[in-house]
Amino acid sequence: MIETGAEGTRECVEKLRSEVKIVRVNVDIVIVGGGTAGCFAAVSAKEASPNTSVLVIEKAHIKRSGCLASGVNAINAYLNPGETPQSYLEYVKRDSAGLVREDLVLTIGQRLNRVTEKLESWGLPFIKDEFGRYKARGKRNVEIVGEAIKPIIAKAVEESGVTVLNRTAATNYIVKDGRVAGVFAFSAREKTFYIISSKAVICASGGAAGIYRPNNGSSARHKMWYCPFNVGTGLAMGLRAGAEMTTFEMRFIALRIKDVISPTGTVAQGASARQINALGEAYQKRYENNSTPVRTYAVVEENKAGRGPCYLDFTHLPESENRRLKEAYLNMSPGMVLKWADEETEPNGKAVEVCTSEPYIVGGHGQAGYWVDEYRESTVKGLFAAGDVAGGAPKKYVTGCFAEGEIAAQTALEYIKMIKTNSETEVCGDENLDRELARVFGPLYRTAGANPDEYEDRLQKIMDEYAGGISTNYELCEPKLIAARKMLVLLQQDVERRLMARDLHELVKAHEVIDRILVARVLVEHLLYRKETRWRSYQERADYPGRDDQQWFKFVNSVYDSSKDLIKIIERPGKAGVLS
Amino acid sequence: MSVYINRSLCNGCGALKESRCSEVCPGDLLYKDIENKCAVRDPWDCWDCASCIKECPRQAIEIRLPVQLGGRGSALKAKSIGGRIIWRLTKPDGSEEIFDIVTINE
Ligand SMILES: Cc1cc2nc3c(=O)[nH]c(=O)nc-3n(C[C@H](O)[C@H](O)[C@H](O)COP(=O)(O)OP(=O)(O)OC[C@H]3O[C@@H](n4cnc5c(N)ncnc54)[C@H](O)[C@@H]3O)c2cc1C
Repeated sequence: MIETGAEGTRECVEKLRSEVKIVRVNVDIVIVGGGTAGCFAAVSAKEASPNTSVLVIEKAHIKRSGCLASGVNAINAYLNPGETPQSYLEYVKRDSAGLVREDLVLTIGQRLNRVTEKLESWGLPFIKDEFGRYKARGKRNVEIVGEAIKPIIAKAVEESGVTVLNRTAATNYIVKDGRVAGVFAFSAREKTFYIISSKAVICASGGAAGIYRPNNGSSARHKMWYCPFNVGTGLAMGLRAGAEMTTFEMRFIALRIKDVISPTGTVAQGASARQINALGEAYQKRYENNSTPVRTYAVVEENKAGRGPCYLDFTHLPESENRRLKEAYLNMSPGMVLKWADEETEPNGKAVEVCTSEPYIVGGHGQAGYWVDEYRESTVKGLFAAGDVAGGAPKKYVTGCFAEGEIAAQTALEYIKMIKTNSETEVCGDENLDRELARVFGPLYRTAGANPDEYEDRLQKIMDEYAGGISTNYELCEPKLIAARKMLVLLQQDVERRLMARDLHELVKAHEVIDRILVARVLVEHLLYRKETRWRSYQERADYPGRDDQQWFKFVNSVYDSSKDLIKIIERPGKAGVLS
Repeated sequence: MSVYINRSLCNGCGALKESRCSEVCPGDLLYKDIENKCAVRDPWDCWDCASCIKECPRQAIEIRLPVQLGGRGSALKAKSIGGRIIWRLTKPDGSEEIFDIVTINE
C-alpha cells in the first residue's frame, strides 16, 4: 500500500511500473468515444482513406454505448420537403436567442439528409408515408424504428476495418510540442495502461451528465434522460490540454416525463399532445415564445405560480394508437411502458405529468463544448471534436453528430498528411508517462479517504444549491456562484488527495468524478461571466434578468491553465462564424 | 434497483469469458460471480437502458421500475432474434402483452 499523498514519489512510481501492464500502440487517427459521432467519424475516415489506421477507444462497448444504448425513435434533424440548410440555421438561431455559430450549424445542415440516408442504407428501418418518403414528424423530424440504431452503427464500424478497444477509458491527451500526439487510457478489465500515439485525435466522448443533483435520488439516481456514463471526460481532457471551450453557460435542461425522465417528442409532436397545467389551461401562450428553453421555463414558472403540475395531454388519441405509442417507447425508453403498466393505464388513459431535468452540459442540445472552426478543428493542433462534446451548434442530435463526425474525419485526414510518424517513445517520455500513471492509478493505492460516490454526492449538492440546480429553479446569482467556486476548489483538492477506488470499476468512477469537478468549475466561471439572461432557465441570472444585446451579443469562452490551475475567460465576437 | 437476474435461468453464458449482458452494459454494472452467474453491482447506477435484457439468450434478466418511481412489479423481458425484438410485458395483475418489432432491415 502507498501512503496517502505519496503518489508522485519514486517508490510509488516503481510499484506502479511493476504492477501495471504498459501497452504502447501507434496509429494514424485515434477517436475518443465510440458513440454516435465517433463511430460515424471512424467509418468516414476509413471509407475515404482505407490505408489510414483508425482506432476507436470506447469506455463501454460500442454495441450499446452512450446516448443511443437504448435506441431512439426519430431523427430529430432532417430537412423535410420545403426545408433547406439555411432554414435549419434560421430555426436554430431563433431558438437560441440569436447567438449560434452560423458556420457550424450551416455545415451540419448541408449534410443532414445525406447522413440520414446512409443510416437507412446500413439497415435502420424508417417509417414511410404514402409517397414512399420518410414519414415527417414536423418540419425537421422523421420517424424511425430506432431500437437497434447502436448495434447497426457498431456493425458498420466493424465492417469498415476500424480497430476498436472496448472497455478502455481515455484519461488525457498526450501533448508534444504544442500538438496533440495521442491519448492515455486504461482498461476497465485488467490493470493495463495504454499509451496511444497518433497523428491526430478526434474527440467524440459526448456531453456531461451528473454535474448537478439529478431528478431522482438514491436507488434511482441514474434514471435520467442523458446517458449517465457520459461525464464530460473529453471536455476535461481538452481543458487540461489547454483547448478553448465555449458557452458552457448554455446548459441544457430537458422537459421530460416525470419520474422516468423519458423524452416527450414522441407524444408532443408524434401524437399532437396538448401542454396543459393543473387548471387545464394551455399555459404556453402566457410566455414570450415557444422556443425550447422557454418550454422548460414555462413549466418552472407554472409550478412556482401554484398552477402545477403540468401535463402532456393526448387522451384524445383513439385506442388504436396505444400500441403504437408503447412500441415507440420500447424502442427508446422502455421505462415509460413500465410506468403505464404500473399505473394500470393505457397511453390515452390519462395525461402524463412532465418535469424539468437537472442541467446537462451537452453541445448537441445546448451550445457547451469545444470551440472549433468550421472544419471541427479545436484550438490545439491535431485535436478535432464532434458531436455533443463540440460547442456552438445546438440542436444537432443524431444526424448533426454524424455530420460533425464526417467533417472532423475529413479534416483529420488532410491534417495527418503533414505529420511525419513519431516513434511512441518520442511522443511520450518517461516523466510524462510516470506522472499520468500515478494520476490514473493513484486512487487504487490509497488507504484513507472517501469513495467516488461520496464525492459525486458532494459535487451534485454544491451545484444544485449554489449553481442553479433543480432545487433553486435553476436561478443563478453572483454570491452563490462565488460560494460554489470556492467549494469546488476545495473539493478538487480533496479528491486529488483522498479519492479512493477499491477496484478497476471504482477507478473508472473515480476518474468520472475528477473530470466532472473540472467541468463544473469551468461552468461556474461561465455562469458568472455572462451578466444577462439570454436562454431562459438554461442560464437564468436572478441578478441580471434582462437580455443585453448591446454588450452581450458575444461568446463566452474559456481556457484552463493546468500548471497554474487557473481558468481564464475569453470573449469572442457574437459574429464569429457568421456567414457574409 | 431495476435489473433482476433469475439465477436459476442464468448460466453466465457458459464458458464465455464474459457474459453477453456484462459485455454490453454501458455502465459496466454486470459481472460473473463465483457461481458463474451474472450479478449486478452498484444497482443504483443502472440507467434502465435494457441493453442487458436484449442480449440475454435465456431471458434470465428483466427490468422493473424502482419502487421510488412508483414501481409496482410490472416487468419487461426481451428476446432478440435476427433483426427482430420480441418484448414481453408483465403487468401487476399478471396479464401479459407481447410486442414483436422489426428493428433491422435485411
Ligand atoms: C435518451 C435519449 C434519447 C434521444 N433521442 C433522440 C432522438 O430520438 N432523435 C435524435 O436525433 N436524437 C436523440 N437524442 C440525442 C442524440 O442521441 C445525441 O445528441 C447523440 O447521440 C450524441 O452523440 P455523441 O457521439 O456526441 O455521444 P454518444 O453517442 O453518447 O457517444 C459518446 C461515447 O463516448 C464514450 N466515452 C465517454 N467517455 C469516454 C472515455 N473517457 N473514454 C472512451 N470513451 C468514452 C461513451 O461511452 C459513448 O459511447 C437522444 C439522446 C438521449 C440521451
